[in-house]
Amino acid sequence: MSELLIATHGLTKVYRGGVTAVDHVDLEVRAGDVYGFLGANGSGKTTTVRMLLGLVLATEGGIELFGEAMPKAGASVLPRVGALVEGPGAYPHLSGRANLTLLDSTDGRRRRGDRRRRVGEVLEQVGLDPADRRPVRTYSLGMRQRLGLASALLRRPPLLVLDEPTNGLDPQGIREMRELLLSLNRAGTTIFLSSHLLAEIEQMSSRVGVLDRGRLVLQEDLATLQAPTGLVRVRTPDLSTALRLLDGQVVDRGEGHLVVRSPDAAALNAHLVARDVRVTELGPERRSLEEIVLAASESA
Amino acid sequence: MIRVELVKLLTRPRTWITILALNALPTLVAVLLAVTDLGPRPGTGPPFLSAVLTDGTLFPLAALGIVLPLFLPVAVAVVGGDAIAGEVQSDTLRYLLVRPVSRLRLLVAKLVSVVVFVVLAVLAVAVVAYVEGRLLLGDAPATGVVSVSGSTLTQAEMTQRTGLAFVYVVLAMLGVAAIALFFSTLTDSAVGAALGTIGVLVASTVLLGLDAADAIKPYLMTRHWLAFVDLFRDPIRWGDVVDGVLTQLGYLVVFAGAAWANFATKDVNR
Repeated sequence: MSELLIATHGLTKVYRGGVTAVDHVDLEVRAGDVYGFLGANGSGKTTTVRMLLGLVLATEGGIELFGEAMPKAGASVLPRVGALVEGPGAYPHLSGRANLTLLDSTDGRRRRGDRRRRVGEVLEQVGLDPADRRPVRTYSLGMRQRLGLASALLRRPPLLVLDEPTNGLDPQGIREMRELLLSLNRAGTTIFLSSHLLAEIEQMSSRVGVLDRGRLVLQEDLATLQAPTGLVRVRTPDLSTALRLLDGQVVDRGEGHLVVRSPDAAALNAHLVARDVRVTELGPERRSLEEIVLAASESA
Repeated sequence: MIRVELVKLLTRPRTWITILALNALPTLVAVLLAVTDLGPRPGTGPPFLSAVLTDGTLFPLAALGIVLPLFLPVAVAVVGGDAIAGEVQSDTLRYLLVRPVSRLRLLVAKLVSVVVFVVLAVLAVAVVAYVEGRLLLGDAPATGVVSVSGSTLTQAEMTQRTGLAFVYVVLAMLGVAAIALFFSTLTDSAVGAALGTIGVLVASTVLLGLDAADAIKPYLMTRHWLAFVDLFRDPIRWGDVVDGVLTQLGYLVVFAGAAWANFATKDVNR
């Protein structure tokens, strides 16, 4: 098994008043993953993210980032983590560039010399360089979100923890964000991405964790989850011929299509075509992430 | 981190607006005095105000006496109350903490930046008042000044004691700063923290006027504030000045400690 960058053991948070926000969660995020952390609003995602970063203290259980215990090792671990937690934050009267410069200078050890270059690079990377000298109070939500991502990227961290990073972005912005994150991942950055948007997670993630009312009901590689189900969907105008040919294998039939139990879609296709059945569409059935998540939440 | 907090303090328009506002009342007083030539009788009104019509160079001290009881502490309460709660409101606290900036370092930097604000504010009041005193008010004796006790102080003594008075006023604000910082860690509202601090100030002032509160008066934050006048007696009467400084240090230790105790393990949920 490859190195775990994030691992939690029985992570639990009970807020004052007895509300259990997070309930014995065991996360495993491996180096290189784009880990999609899914859950409805209020499922405990943000509390979990805050505990990972040492902002909220766990009631019970342990957290390891890069193999070191959090929050105790925060000073050595957090410089390797870029974070965007529940919306960006910036001083509204300062420009985007001034905000980043200020944040960068909280880190006394960094040389001041290449600060300007570092700040310029991340501004360009998130596409904010045309607006870098305007005060943040004039920014749109999408621009603030980009600025938040820029501050997460300042140190070129090997691990990004991003909570709802596409919040407030328009479709074009979402696409740019997705491409940026995927290119960072290809270059070796591990990404922990929390979202309530199934489609977003499905498009980006290599691994998925599903949180439901504070409990982790599912944690698996997306490829495993979406492995072919052994069923093939066939759409054909020659429905009755096909039905006759495939007698016994048909699990379901609908308007112009059949669902057939078959281990090999290509062989099935050849079989049908050889017997003059015209095929308009044919493909192995995969479960959508939505079905998987719903099933996991229901069985939990 | 202290440097970062100072940059934040100095780049904020509010800092300068507050300092400008602090100077408004002494300026108005100077103009009124210059126009009407009507000073309060000696021994009444704010300290030194009766003397400035003859000697304008005393006006910085009079100006301090004007802003010290209310305006200066309110300004400190506003700036101090903003320390942590303001970072919460701008959604920046969590990003500072995950940089990471340690919570202790952040609190210390905030406290230092509030003290720097006090120094700036007091200096600004002094400089503006000096210029106003020179331009608008009496320009009588360059030889020496009559002390509060009636003897004459040389110009050098006067300068020295004025310096001491300014240091004392800065120290007198430490208690307010620490209380505001503590409230700022309690609430997510900067205004709430400032108002809470002002509440404590008002309570302290009310209790000072109450005979039944004699037992606790020596420990009230505002008790020794105007003791800087004692620096201009001949010889200097140190008793209240020293008590005042000790009281402020006591408040500083207790409330800065309380701020740390509360903030160190606080869940940052915003």
